[in-house]
Amino acid sequence: QTFLAIVFGPCDKCSKEKPLRPVYIKSEQLSYCSLCVEMGITPKHRDLPGQSFHERLSNHQLFAVHQVAERVEALGQFVMKTRRTLKGHGNKVLCMDWCKDKRRIVSSSQDGKVIVWDSFTTNKEHAVTMPCTWVMACAYAPSGCAIACGGLDNKCSVYPLTFEKNENMAAKKKSVAMHTNYLSACSFTNSDMQILTASGDGTCALWDVESGQLLQSFHGHGADVLCLDLAPSETGNTFVSGGCDKKAMVWDMRSGQCIQSFETHDSDINSVRYYPSGDAFASGSDDATCRLYDLRADREVAIYSKESIIFGASSVDFSLSGRLLFAGYNDYTINVWDVLKGSRVSILFGHENRVSTLRVSPDGTAFCSGSWDHTLRVSA
Amino acid sequence: QMERMIVSMQDPDMGIKMRNQRLLITVIPHAMTGNDIVEWLIQKYGISEEEALHLGNLIVKHGYIYPLRDPRSLVLRADESPYRFQTPYFWTSTKWPATELDYAIYLAKKNIRKQGDLIEHEKDNYNLLHKRINHTWDFVVMQAREQLRAAKQRRRGDRIVIDCQEQAYWLVNRPPPGVPNVLERGPERRNCHTTRVQLNKNMDYYKREIEYCRKAMARTRVKSSICLEGYIKFNEQYVPHDPIMSGCLPSNPWITDDTTYWAMNAPTVTTPTKLRVERWGFNFSELIMDPLGRAQLLEFLKKEFSAENLSFWEACEELRYGEQSRIAEIVDSIYQQFLAPGATRWVNIDSKTMERTLEGIKTPHRYVMDDAQMHIYMLMKKDSYPRFLKSDLYKNLLAEAIIPPETKKRVFPFMRKQRHSSPSPALLLPAGDAEERSRSPSTAPVPEEES
Repeated sequence: QTFLAIVFGPCDKCSKEKPLRPVYIKSEQLSYCSLCVEMGITPKHRDLPGQSFHERLSNHQLFAVHQVAERVEALGQFVMKTRRTLKGHGNKVLCMDWCKDKRRIVSSSQDGKVIVWDSFTTNKEHAVTMPCTWVMACAYAPSGCAIACGGLDNKCSVYPLTFEKNENMAAKKKSVAMHTNYLSACSFTNSDMQILTASGDGTCALWDVESGQLLQSFHGHGADVLCLDLAPSETGNTFVSGGCDKKAMVWDMRSGQCIQSFETHDSDINSVRYYPSGDAFASGSDDATCRLYDLRADREVAIYSKESIIFGASSVDFSLSGRLLFAGYNDYTINVWDVLKGSRVSILFGHENRVSTLRVSPDGTAFCSGSWDHTLRVSA
Repeated sequence: QMERMIVSMQDPDMGIKMRNQRLLITVIPHAMTGNDIVEWLIQKYGISEEEALHLGNLIVKHGYIYPLRDPRSLVLRADESPYRFQTPYFWTSTKWPATELDYAIYLAKKNIRKQGDLIEHEKDNYNLLHKRINHTWDFVVMQAREQLRAAKQRRRGDRIVIDCQEQAYWLVNRPPPGVPNVLERGPERRNCHTTRVQLNKNMDYYKREIEYCRKAMARTRVKSSICLEGYIKFNEQYVPHDPIMSGCLPSNPWITDDTTYWAMNAPTVTTPTKLRVERWGFNFSELIMDPLGRAQLLEFLKKEFSAENLSFWEACEELRYGEQSRIAEIVDSIYQQFLAPGATRWVNIDSKTMERTLEGIKTPHRYVMDDAQMHIYMLMKKDSYPRFLKSDLYKNLLAEAIIPPETKKRVFPFMRKQRHSSPSPALLLPAGDAEERSRSPSTAPVPEEES
């Protein structure tokens, strides 16, 4: 790469005294200051020599996934129907999570109730009433023996699941995490012993369940953290979080440092989810778009949006192969996007109020969506 | 954002055709039919009719368009019923506080006009308000009378319009019982502008920022095109395994109520399905994370006399994800079994890593075995795994793996198969064991299917 000698003098465009760069416009050499260079170049002159590094870089920025995916076959029509409707919550459903056995789910709602269902038979198996309202986070332990939940009480509590009739589930409750503001998301790591939480106080934290000890805390978000997701790899030690500061940040669990951050959304990021291979993640936001960010290329590679969608996306998840992105929106619908082509495959109606949470089952056979209309629906 | 859409709707050239509508005997200017709205949405955004109707309905529910004929219910009907745009004065985004006083005046007006014949819930609200703001009640009634008198002086058409506007506004802000309130929001969030998060911009903060930027610049970035190719490859590999994309054999349990699929793919089953065995060949991760695959890998490694590698890796996982209180104990046990000179299951790590690990053991912490664990993992991945895929053991597994037949479509699709419940994972083990089990992250208890 050749380095240009910097000349100082009056710019040919704005006449200000600044360091100048040679610029070719209609085969004429002029000297512009760096500001005019940024503003003045029109696309026509893209391939002229003598272009500054800046210009070349900005011209390449628009490389998106659908350009590469042109030769991939388009998807046919999709027929997905609601197969199960779970009724039983008395108020808005805020969050849900699947158990590893592929059929049980735990869901939490505004009135403080947390219910464990066998969604295949639609039977309720356990129910707990939390002492607070707006339980915004709940998670199932990998072993299937416990659940964690939290919300406006600023804490994350772990309840071991027991079937004994005389036991009151609330009796064995363990209060694990303590934040200074509401709990927005929680998730177990690979075992029942550790929990990762995200809170409205702008931090995420890793806790030891047994002792309630804080193992690591993650600072860096400038506003409430709304969501998090753990990387699927078993060698990795990272997770991604999204917040009201429009940033999605990738953290190293071991050191507590932020590794990468992405800030291209125009509004709060409500939900983040890793791509099944772990090399990318998707985010859904109040600006009515979902975006795909690649971790190795360190940039956004796709935007999933449509002019007719004007409500924010509250929750996103991938299908097992990563070809489909399911996104629940505040306009009561679920849009299914083709990840590679960047286009919408289908739209699903059925809920009578906002879709607040959406997760694909662990084996990818179905997905469950919870909504403010008090119900959960499993669709396949 | 809704407003952008509304404004473009009202655009004289591209907007909806507005005609003078007839309502009873009076003519209302600038009105349009429900049908027009739906058609325009379909055309502009290229969406289906169902979606356009849904979207239109939402617009009406939020109070940006109101119906003229049946002002009591905010619903969009795709027919000839007339609609009008709400004046920006009444838009929800102005966040005009819909105070009780205003509501009281509105109800009082209605009361006077209809001579006491209000709808049930409005009557209740009226009485409630009367009780609550009794002291200003005279003011309320006087205001109501004034407004009515002023209204009488307007033309009939305008009067109807204003009435409908007001009614729609109050329907949105004080929904009748049973109708969900579209203005409801979740708990208040803070964004950058109203944040309580104090980012203490002291020396530490800037030091961290510099470190972060330095690392960010030094990080190798892969070309986008290569990454995107990666997605396509991943997609090709995994799509046949995706039940939503390619269906699953024998059938998707959610659709046919038949749980055979789950029974055949349970974590421990004697004969795995073909798809599952194929998946082990995609990458090492798939093999090691599947309990059945891991067991097969163990068998293979035993033959190669390197089974201790897998056991070591599993022990390290237990350390990484285990309880804080047991860390010292686990580290010691790992040392005794795998790292001590002359240990029964000594693992072969290069001397530098061994030195570093032994040094780290003196102050045991959760990640002390990370280097060694990664070394052994890479060893298994790069060395044993390719051999495993070429081995007779794997080839036999592939040959014996079953492809389940597709369940025949039933003649009477309405007869639902009995849905059996499966025992909860929490039930399988007595309480004491449950804790024991939950400590080892690698094995999950098996829910056995009842037949």
